[in-house]
Amino acid sequence: MTNQDLYILSPELGLAGLALVLILLDLVIERKQVLPIVAVVGLAIPLGFSIALWFDLEGLGLEDSILVNTLEVDKFALFFKFLIIGVTALIVLASTDYVKRFSRFRAEYYSLVLFSAAGMMLLASAIDLITIYVALELTALPIAALAAFNRDARSAESAMKFLILSAISSAFLLYGMVMVYGFTGSTSLGDIAARLGEVGLSPETPFGSHALLFGIVLIIAGAGFKLASFPFHMWAPDVYEGSPTPITAFLSVASKAAGFAVVLRVFYMAFDIPIVSVEWSAIFAVLSALSMSVGNLIAIRQDNIKRLLAYSTIAHAGYLLVGVAAIASRSADGDSSGPSGVLFYLGGYAATNLAAFTVVIAISERIGSDAIDDFAGMAKRSPYLAGVLGFSMISLIGVPPTVGFVTKVYIFGSAVETNLEWLAIVGVINSVVSAYYYLRVVKVMYLSPAPSMEPIGPGLPLRLAVLVAFAGTAFFGLYPTPLLKLAIAAAAGLVA
Amino acid sequence: MEITGFGGLLTAVVFLPLAGAIIIALFVRGDRNVRVFAGALTLAELALSIIVFVQFDTGTPGYQLVDKFEDWIPVDTFPVQYFLAVDGLSAPMVLLTGLLGMVSVFASWNVRDRVREYFVWLLILQTAVMGVFTALDFFMFFLFWELELVPMFFLISIWGSGRKEYSAMKFLIFTILGGAFMLVGILALFFSTDTFDMTAMPAAIQTAGLVMPVGLIFALFFLAFAIKLPIWPLHTWLPDAHTDAPTAVSVMLAGVLLKMGGYGMIRISAGMFPEVISDVAWLIVTAGVINVLYGALVTLRQTDLKRLIAFSSVSHMGFVLIGVSSVVGVGGVVSPVGLTGASLQMFTHGTITGLLFLLVGYMYEKAHTRYIADLGGLATRMPILASALVIAGLASLGLPGTSGFVSEITVFLGTFEVWSWPTALAAFGIVLTAGYILWLLQRTLFGPQKERFADIGDATFLEAVPIAALVIAVLAVGIYPAFISDVFTAGVEPITQSIQQIARAGP
Repeated sequence: MTNQDLYILSPELGLAGLALVLILLDLVIERKQVLPIVAVVGLAIPLGFSIALWFDLEGLGLEDSILVNTLEVDKFALFFKFLIIGVTALIVLASTDYVKRFSRFRAEYYSLVLFSAAGMMLLASAIDLITIYVALELTALPIAALAAFNRDARSAESAMKFLILSAISSAFLLYGMVMVYGFTGSTSLGDIAARLGEVGLSPETPFGSHALLFGIVLIIAGAGFKLASFPFHMWAPDVYEGSPTPITAFLSVASKAAGFAVVLRVFYMAFDIPIVSVEWSAIFAVLSALSMSVGNLIAIRQDNIKRLLAYSTIAHAGYLLVGVAAIASRSADGDSSGPSGVLFYLGGYAATNLAAFTVVIAISERIGSDAIDDFAGMAKRSPYLAGVLGFSMISLIGVPPTVGFVTKVYIFGSAVETNLEWLAIVGVINSVVSAYYYLRVVKVMYLSPAPSMEPIGPGLPLRLAVLVAFAGTAFFGLYPTPLLKLAIAAAAGLVA
Repeated sequence: MEITGFGGLLTAVVFLPLAGAIIIALFVRGDRNVRVFAGALTLAELALSIIVFVQFDTGTPGYQLVDKFEDWIPVDTFPVQYFLAVDGLSAPMVLLTGLLGMVSVFASWNVRDRVREYFVWLLILQTAVMGVFTALDFFMFFLFWELELVPMFFLISIWGSGRKEYSAMKFLIFTILGGAFMLVGILALFFSTDTFDMTAMPAAIQTAGLVMPVGLIFALFFLAFAIKLPIWPLHTWLPDAHTDAPTAVSVMLAGVLLKMGGYGMIRISAGMFPEVISDVAWLIVTAGVINVLYGALVTLRQTDLKRLIAFSSVSHMGFVLIGVSSVVGVGGVVSPVGLTGASLQMFTHGTITGLLFLLVGYMYEKAHTRYIADLGGLATRMPILASALVIAGLASLGLPGTSGFVSEITVFLGTFEVWSWPTALAAFGIVLTAGYILWLLQRTLFGPQKERFADIGDATFLEAVPIAALVIAVLAVGIYPAFISDVFTAGVEPITQSIQQIARAGP
């Protein structure tokens, strides 16, 4: 390994190093409150490396590196690195109140979060099926451990469920990868694309060949688990409900983002050939429609806020898949805002969902309940927290002046652009349905009488997390240009 | 033709209420201070909207008072601009919104519950409506269109009465559904023409290859406007929302929010899809006649004052539809009279029904009942309210000398030649209107005095202010309609001309 190789891997190495430092630090210091501070400040290291890489992209010399054809460092990967570092920082801040209940394992908790985040960052860069698989496992295993951290029956069930289903989905994914490898003789995404161009796929068979059909469908199934999209969403509500709430937030935002990074990479790099892409785009379009419909319809009946948000993330996986399905070859002029739409949406969704989750963490920690009815009168009890939660609900519906509105318009736009008008219509009808249950939360907070007037009073780090997430939701709602430009620049790297 | 400039006046008109809302939320404490601040703010807003109306020059064609900032979202694939301007169609609507915004704040003087929150939402609502009438970028237009939902939801569900939560949710779901379809329409237009600019849209649609059939895009927009206006059978949210909303919100809802539907129909459905609207004009006139007659018949059966006025709105909005349907023209000649009538009807209905809801709200506060059978003989006890109610009622049934007469006669004049029979049928709606209005006046104001209203009071000075403002508006338009109808005519003329050109060019 040369210095250049280390530089290319520096964000991931920095993050993993930080995780190790935390564990070591735990051995020597008594004041455990220092740990989250070290974690958040330490995140500046991978962030700094990522920013440096963004400006060094031209002369990176990736071709000479041993990592060539295994890892790609481009704007697409760096977009996700920024996103994941930001989300991780907020999760660490939001966890400071929560971790008090498992005081002996605080360092392990934080370092597991960081290890998982390192896996996610690696996923965003991976362009080889094997690397993708390894990174996926690195992402998932710490989360399984984190899900069990509450050490009660619920939490254990949720961790077990996650572990087993994650293993099964990995098996699907591996099997799919094997099929693709068998057909093309390569595990590198770029080579796969090249081989597919050479072998002469038959237009009569779906996907050009049965082996590819099998392979791609299995890969979709395996990836669908990560995205929590229908019909691979079954694990999400139970795991979300049982896990520590900050981990739920981490799963619903960062893990989903990494999943979409992989899906975009694999499908836009390896299977971009039109004869194949038309087929998988149709599959994703159908999954998208089903995912949003099922997620929204079941969410209506939930009375636990974490379960409600779980179904809401299933629905949002559906909205995001709109952008995946919107491939360029479908559109009249040959370009598509689908991939940039996914990135843009993920950015807005991360801010919005974190705003919602951080408030939920604060409130349910204080009142000791996740039931929506127990949020009654929150507007009187804690007007600012209720305001932020209400605002993020409005953003999740996609009503202005929030970032949810702009991203929704943009991603449904990509469907219209690529002749998937029906999907756009399904999407907008779904956002009407979702208004009903999101607003129920608002209604309970603003209309029901408060059982007590005790303020919630979250700790300073948690308050900071709420503030940052809320600021993102509001700022990008009014002035989305920076985020949108970043997303477009990043997506351009993917297609080229 | 490139439209540029940044005068700042419209920006002030649109965002002054929002700024006020933020100041109230953050700094103003004490219920009385909040009321006074909001009152002063909406008076300033009214003054600004009068300035807009006066500065608007009917002699100059096109858009005026432009506030344009092209680099709001300067992304090539998603070029959203900040673009506000008025033409003859929107300038009077700005005036109407400013007027009713002021009225609604004064009508809320007696709100006692969560006062600060209430005025914050009311002011945000006003910004949203002003934005809809002045935005000329489709993205912005849609943003304001949707922005109105949140304040309305809170205003009805917190400060309403009766089944308020149900009504608020129903209103929200109906409106957001319409908006959802419109969004697809907007996106389809954007990807066909590569622009969100509404001023460039009519020409761009003619030349661009559309990504969807033009009829479908038209339908997506029309559905949104049909729900908002509302057209039978999509009107069911309206009686519930009106009845359960607090007085001031009913005033805003009937006065300006319904007009968003009519405005969109003229600006977008007629202005951007001239061929399609000519093809479906028969459908629009049918819907209009059904609205007029069905609305009036149902109104006759109402026993709740607010519900009665709510259904009368359904009937009166039918005239807007009938006016719009005149665009099909006769023998290749499309006269702007019908569209002028439709826009006038929007304006006058806004003032008349706003006044009716206001008066009914005051009467309810004093008599503690809206049930018509319980009222009676109020005229001697509350002369100011009673005489205002008589004026509003007579205006509503279209008595000459009031604004209702002007707008309805203009609609009939513009449409009779085109759709003789439907117009004649709709004219029968006037008779029904006379029936329910006079019957209403008789049952509530006149007849024997009731024991329980022996010590009921009349309007106070503060209550008389908004009443007077609206009465003046009703009579002013009735006596000298030209000051407003000329502006509307200037606004709709380009639309009728473009339809006429297409009619001539066609077979």
